[in-house]
Amino acid sequence: MEQIMNWFAEMAAMLPQLFDGMAVTVQIFAVTLIFSLPLGLLVSFGRMAKNPVIRWITKAYISIMRGTPLMLQLFIVYFGPYYIFGIRVTNDYRLWAVFIGFVINYAAYFAEIYRSGIQSMPAGQYEAAKLLGYSRFQTFFKIIFPQVIKRILPAVTNEVITLVKDTSLAFTISVIEMFTVAKQLASAQAAMTPFVAAGIFYYVFNLLVAVVMEHFEKKLSYYQ
Amino acid sequence: MYLLEMNHIQKKFENLQVLKDISLSVKEGEIVSIIGPSGSGKSTLLRCATMLETIDSGEIVYLEEKAAWTDPGRNQAVYAGKAKLKEIRKSYGLVFQNFNLFPHFSVIKNITDAPIHVQGKKKEDALREGMELLRKMGLEDKADAYPCQLSGGQCQRVAIARALALNPKVLFFDEPTSALDPELTGEVLKVIRSLADLDITMVIVTHEMAFARDISDRVIFMADGVIVEEGTPEEVFSSSNERTQAFLGRYGEMLSREGKK
Repeated sequence: MEQIMNWFAEMAAMLPQLFDGMAVTVQIFAVTLIFSLPLGLLVSFGRMAKNPVIRWITKAYISIMRGTPLMLQLFIVYFGPYYIFGIRVTNDYRLWAVFIGFVINYAAYFAEIYRSGIQSMPAGQYEAAKLLGYSRFQTFFKIIFPQVIKRILPAVTNEVITLVKDTSLAFTISVIEMFTVAKQLASAQAAMTPFVAAGIFYYVFNLLVAVVMEHFEKKLSYYQ
Repeated sequence: MYLLEMNHIQKKFENLQVLKDISLSVKEGEIVSIIGPSGSGKSTLLRCATMLETIDSGEIVYLEEKAAWTDPGRNQAVYAGKAKLKEIRKSYGLVFQNFNLFPHFSVIKNITDAPIHVQGKKKEDALREGMELLRKMGLEDKADAYPCQLSGGQCQRVAIARALALNPKVLFFDEPTSALDPELTGEVLKVIRSLADLDITMVIVTHEMAFARDISDRVIFMADGVIVEEGTPEEVFSSSNERTQAFLGRYGEMLSREGKK
């Protein structure tokens, strides 16, 4: 009994520090989603463009982003300015490097998800829209895109859940997020408890993500 | 005046010549049926007329406005400018074989969205006219339903209402009942017949022979990319042309026997 009480007391003492880490994790998560979702759509347009140069460039971009580790990409974004251009970066740049690295990486994945959704749309929807006189812009944003969202939602959920866990990679360039804090506490106390706390945090976060995404899916289930 | 004139249309897919020098014109108020075996090019002809496919050469004219013509130098079709084509597109509507309703829009939104956001109609006017059209289709109770909740026949009737909502001068039908069972076919054909009474110009690609015979002012029989025969339903359905007879087969016999009674 006493042991359990002690454990709780230990946990409670760690919480303020863990909360700070959590805030950074949530920040990385939110910034990545807010910017990579629209950027991904833009990239998917490039990937499907008629112009072969644009198509080739976006294809290479996606290939590199998917083909190399995110950790390596973070290193390059963080250290690149100094080693390539000789620009001295400030300490604040760490978090910016994480934002940039995550956004350009996730945009590539989302681009391919959008593309799969857009290309799965039957030609008849475009034809009907054309016959009814909708502009290309209206056709895409009124007719096609809402249906694409419904089609790609399960794949997006997968990606978002991976993102929650990937935020811990910010640790590699010493951004003090959740996982960094847990590791520091664990080595200071020579105990597993901080890792358990971190594990619970990631799990609950993802549970929340799953619940929210399921809600969206339900909301869109009014049609087939 | 001709609503639509198509002259010497040629269309090739890869190495297959689908339309071989087809000419067709449609007068105001006329109902034209196009019949023929699968692969004869009748659907392609409709898709070229509605500019879902581009022609290789020939001429397409709507209400004396040229949409496409053959450039004599290159012997290839050229199309009018974007703005002009947009204008020309307003003069016709198309009902597809598989409806192509927008699944995420309710029935009434399927019908009123284009009038509101393309034509710039007032919302209440569009809604009133949309409900009126639904009443004509016998679907006034389905205004708030979604296409997935409707039968195929109901979907096709909504699709007809959607096309009519934009007040086209001519309405094309691309095998409107081919995805439906006989019972649902009946209800859709009934609706199309009711449009005939309203003097709406229609061009109908169909496999429903009795329907084509009853409703049409003119029947066109196509095979292998050419118009084999063209005339009043009586002329075509009692034709002595070998190819026409081979296609009509039992239909022809049945219909002519009926006619003699």
